[in-house]
Amino acid sequence: MITGHYKTAYAADESIWNNWAKKSGLVIALIGLFAFPLFANNYLLLIAGQILIYMIAVTGVNVLVGYTGLMSLGHGAFFAVGAYTAVIAHNAVENLFPLITLALSAGVAALFGLLFGLPSLRVKGLYLAVATLSANFIILFLIRQDWAAPWTGGRQGIETPNAVIFGWELASNTAKYYLIAPVFVVFVLFAQNLFRTRFGRALIAIRDNDHSAEILGISLYAYKLKSFAISAAYCGAAGALWSYFFPAILPEDFSLNMSITLVVCLIAGGMGRTLGPLFGTLLILLIPEILKIISGVFTGGDGNALIHFSSIRDIVFGLLIILFLIFEPMGLVSIWDRFWRFVARWPFSK
Amino acid sequence: MLTVQNASLSFGGIRALVDLSFTAKQGEITSVIGPNGAGKTSLFNVISGFYQPQQGAVLFEGKDITHIRPDQRAKLGISRTFQNIALFRGMTVLDNIKLGGHNKLSSGLFASGWFYGAAQREEVAFRAEIERDVIDFLELDHIRKAPVAALPYGLQKRVELARALAMKPKLLMLDEPVAGMNREETEDIARFILDIQEQWGTTILLVEHDMGMVMDISDQVVVLNFGRQIAAGTPHEVQQNPAVIEAYLGSNEAGAA
Repeated sequence: MITGHYKTAYAADESIWNNWAKKSGLVIALIGLFAFPLFANNYLLLIAGQILIYMIAVTGVNVLVGYTGLMSLGHGAFFAVGAYTAVIAHNAVENLFPLITLALSAGVAALFGLLFGLPSLRVKGLYLAVATLSANFIILFLIRQDWAAPWTGGRQGIETPNAVIFGWELASNTAKYYLIAPVFVVFVLFAQNLFRTRFGRALIAIRDNDHSAEILGISLYAYKLKSFAISAAYCGAAGALWSYFFPAILPEDFSLNMSITLVVCLIAGGMGRTLGPLFGTLLILLIPEILKIISGVFTGGDGNALIHFSSIRDIVFGLLIILFLIFEPMGLVSIWDRFWRFVARWPFSK
Repeated sequence: MLTVQNASLSFGGIRALVDLSFTAKQGEITSVIGPNGAGKTSLFNVISGFYQPQQGAVLFEGKDITHIRPDQRAKLGISRTFQNIALFRGMTVLDNIKLGGHNKLSSGLFASGWFYGAAQREEVAFRAEIERDVIDFLELDHIRKAPVAALPYGLQKRVELARALAMKPKLLMLDEPVAGMNREETEDIARFILDIQEQWGTTILLVEHDMGMVMDISDQVVVLNFGRQIAAGTPHEVQQNPAVIEAYLGSNEAGAA
């Protein structure tokens, strides 16, 4: 049983790590996160880095879709803005300090978020999803243009820089992982804190009942736009890390497909929860890898058989997502919640 | 305190409010009564800013607020509850009440995201304040961590009142606060309303169908029928007014015939 958190002050009651299980869970997770490269090979690090970057972006989508209740299918574009901003900034100033690049990418993406968030003041739901869809096409169209090619590389894509910290170039996957991991922790904790204080509560209020929110003095205009800006900034920062992590980027990397994957990760994990984006991203990005391993075992590495298997893999992936949504519509966090409710009451639970 | 001047509101051909004028005096309880469809809730929506009257003005503390947004009116100190409960259903009672204090707190984005320091101090101080002034006062201690969707109707109404009170409003508008309650719950709410008036000096505007309660606690009663004001005065004056009796019970002539 997890008991014994008796509180005598409001500060303690407002705390989120309020029992030994949560505290030790946090410590174990952090140790696991930072010790991972010691045991992982290059391939695992490649996947882990990618997953952490996605988790940052999905956390950003969660701010808008999960907490504020505004739909968006345009966040892949803000991801692209972040990635290209980082490359352009590095081509202008050599060996720019990574934190400055991150802030810059997040800032520029936030501006684009504000711009494409403007329709949210008028429309909701599916209509807003369609309006934000335009972000994908407009932004990628601009990146592909020949006149933009000197900065963005146009259709051919562009090589990306490595992060350099005080003369030390982060070239290996391990080094890059150690750049991404702390940024990931900061961004996730920021979101967690945001939604237990005034600012985040206002966003949740808009999701739950916008009339009531307005009556309590929450300006719908200001907070909807701020929510768009924050979530775009998360995606922008993820984009900057992406361009550090991979040797080159193409406009196609950030197509509509990515925007949809970001939302799928969120739905699979659970909307409006801190852990939702983390679980969902793990699930959605790991399933294809696991299926690859399984199909490798079945075919014994035979090239011809693998080609047939790759299309079956997509079908199985789709099927898994559909089954998952039918049986766990609230996402993976609901399994997590059930598990902890069980543990907290054990041995009296059934 | 609050003055409605010659307000008229119509939706297409339906005239919801016609040339309506009255003043709610500082620190008093003003009740608005009338049969269903008389325009009481429309009047509330005009005062809180969801509707713009086609003619006339709304003055709050001498300032014209006819054309400002609802959230700006809230910042001036106008708070309300809704006829159909409009709580944030996914949240706990405590979070709902905390949202009432949105304008009293000031932590910005980065202070909130970092939490430790200014934002934490502010949150904890505010928590202590609402525990003392609102949760204790409205006797909600036992359910503060409960999700509002799980509460019975009477308690949800009380939580909505608590949320409005957390704003420390100058003007509190209550749209049918005791609708659907039994006698005991009604007496509780009536007692709370009188306590709010007495202890905080809040001006209260009330829409209610429970005549017993209206006549007991009001300082002034305004009677509407078909969007027009047909009477105004103390509860005693209004009860004697033939126009009011006609609106509620039908005219003498019709009864005689």
